[in-house]
Amino acid sequence: MRRYSLFALAREALRGHTGWGRAWGAAAPRAAYDAIIVGAGGHGLATAYYLGRNHGLRNVAVLEKGWLGGGNTGRNTTIVRSNYLQDASAAIYEKARSLFETLSQDLNFNVMFSPRGLLMLAQTEHEVRGYRRTAHANALQGVETAFIPPARVRELVPAIRLEGPRYPVLGALWQARGGTARHDAVAWGYARACAAMGMDIVENCAVTGIRVANGAVTGVETTKGPIATRRLGLVVAGHSSVLAGMAGFRLPIESLCLQALVSEPVKPCLDVVVMANTVHGYISQSDKGEMVIGGGTDGFNNYSQRGSWHHVEETLRALTETFPMLSRLKMLRQWGGIVDMTGDRSPILSTTPVDGIFVNCGWGTGGFKAIPGSGWAMAELMATGAPGPLAAAFTLNRFREGRFIDESVAAGVAH
Amino acid sequence: MLMLTCPACGVTAEETEFAAGGEAHRRREGPGSSEEAFEAYLFARANPRGVHLERWRHAFGCGKWFHAARSTVTLEVFGTYPADLGAPPEAILAAIRARAAGGEGGR
Ligand SMILES: Cc1cc2nc3c(=O)[nH]c(=O)nc-3n(C[C@H](O)[C@H](O)[C@H](O)COP(=O)(O)OP(=O)(O)OC[C@H]3O[C@@H](n4cnc5c(N)ncnc54)[C@H](O)[C@@H]3O)c2cc1C
Ligand SMILES: [Zn+2]
Repeated sequence: MRRYSLFALAREALRGHTGWGRAWGAAAPRAAYDAIIVGAGGHGLATAYYLGRNHGLRNVAVLEKGWLGGGNTGRNTTIVRSNYLQDASAAIYEKARSLFETLSQDLNFNVMFSPRGLLMLAQTEHEVRGYRRTAHANALQGVETAFIPPARVRELVPAIRLEGPRYPVLGALWQARGGTARHDAVAWGYARACAAMGMDIVENCAVTGIRVANGAVTGVETTKGPIATRRLGLVVAGHSSVLAGMAGFRLPIESLCLQALVSEPVKPCLDVVVMANTVHGYISQSDKGEMVIGGGTDGFNNYSQRGSWHHVEETLRALTETFPMLSRLKMLRQWGGIVDMTGDRSPILSTTPVDGIFVNCGWGTGGFKAIPGSGWAMAELMATGAPGPLAAAFTLNRFREGRFIDESVAAGVAH
Repeated sequence: MLMLTCPACGVTAEETEFAAGGEAHRRREGPGSSEEAFEAYLFARANPRGVHLERWRHAFGCGKWFHAARSTVTLEVFGTYPADLGAPPEAILAAIRARAAGGEGGR
């Protein structure tokens, strides 16, 4: 892999940018691998990367039915934060957030991590109490957050209307080191680093079946032929139930459509991320100047990546109340992604009923921020066969044991 | 936007009048059942990429629960049927079979 650097940029500038190679090769799958990851989203690619980097496992393939990062990783609104309530969540999300701080250097790829600060507005008394509690929990977890009064919210977000007719802003949970990152770059950066370690990233290669013998995985069937492996990671977000079905088990997952939209680009006017969970809307401004807007999920099971218009309307109605200036903006694009929802709104990192098959799913509406930490924990799980400290709480048996990691009560919207 | 017909009151309306209620026809487990069965009842879902039999409530209408058969891929609604039926009626099954013969949507 040729390293990207100021020197490389200067050299290429002098010779007309003719020397940049492909960031990762277009691999044809080999007959067998030590480990196969299904799904080249952020979580699958990060899993492969840390398998190689932390555990020395490099005979690895990542199989992707479409194009790399074309799932939720390329469809999300890129919020990065770690102000969760439960200790297990704080541990893995803060691990991820702290890895984001140096990810561009680690991957030698600019992921444009922008810790611009993040606010979660408290717009009911219930939320005020909830966020105060979260701030206390975060202090004990070593995650730096603070509950701030309305006057401070006004300083951070001059465009906000504090005295909304229905939901006045009563304060906010502030995480100064939260922010955003470039979603595609995260996928591309991990892919390039994986390819540099000799791993195969195979796009346009859908897994259509899973081979199991005597309760253990022996390989996968794909649209590019069968491939053997004894270690298989299913990291396919909204398609997790489909892949689990191929291996003969069910998951506590439902697939729903989550939509987002962006406005026409405007001059810089919002330099933090603002989430308003009571009214189900959140907003940040991209480097291009677009307002990036998201809301809650649609209500019914859906694999179509097409959501319902009334959810877009609800989100915008709520946000224009808090940001009246938005009402004059034209919206440019809208899209949907299929998110994998669990009952407790926490992810699953786990062994499965089939030996050698591991799942990493259930990140639902909020897994972009977790990509580095999730890959780290999943790689440990796949390399050793057992969950390490980051993953231990997130195993599948928590549902049987009633050991929920309840973030759905902690936050209405969880992006 | 989905259009659904409530079999209880006969009204056809778009989805904002209804509330989705998740997978239908799950068998209730009670005291005395195994932990596996109880866990599966509470949490495991078929979550198919294809025909989903599901519960809906006519929340902003007559208030009644009912069932629907719908493709999660094309969002086509094959039909709705009353809450007290344990499986879709033959006409809906026939509509699903007809679509399956013609392509992906019926899977
Ligand atoms: C609109 C929207 C906004 C969001 N906003 C945020 C946010 O602000 N912050 C945040 O932290 N999170 C957010 N999320 C959630 C976040 O996007 C996801 O949790 C995360 O991207 C999941 O990554 P992944 O790698 O698990 O899945 P994906 O990126 O979806 O990757 C899974 C891959 O598996 C592939 N696949 C599926 N089936 C097969 C098969 N049979 N064979 C081979 N490959 C297969 C798919 O093609 C896909 O590329 C948002 C999601 C959406 C949809
Ligand atoms: Zn009715």
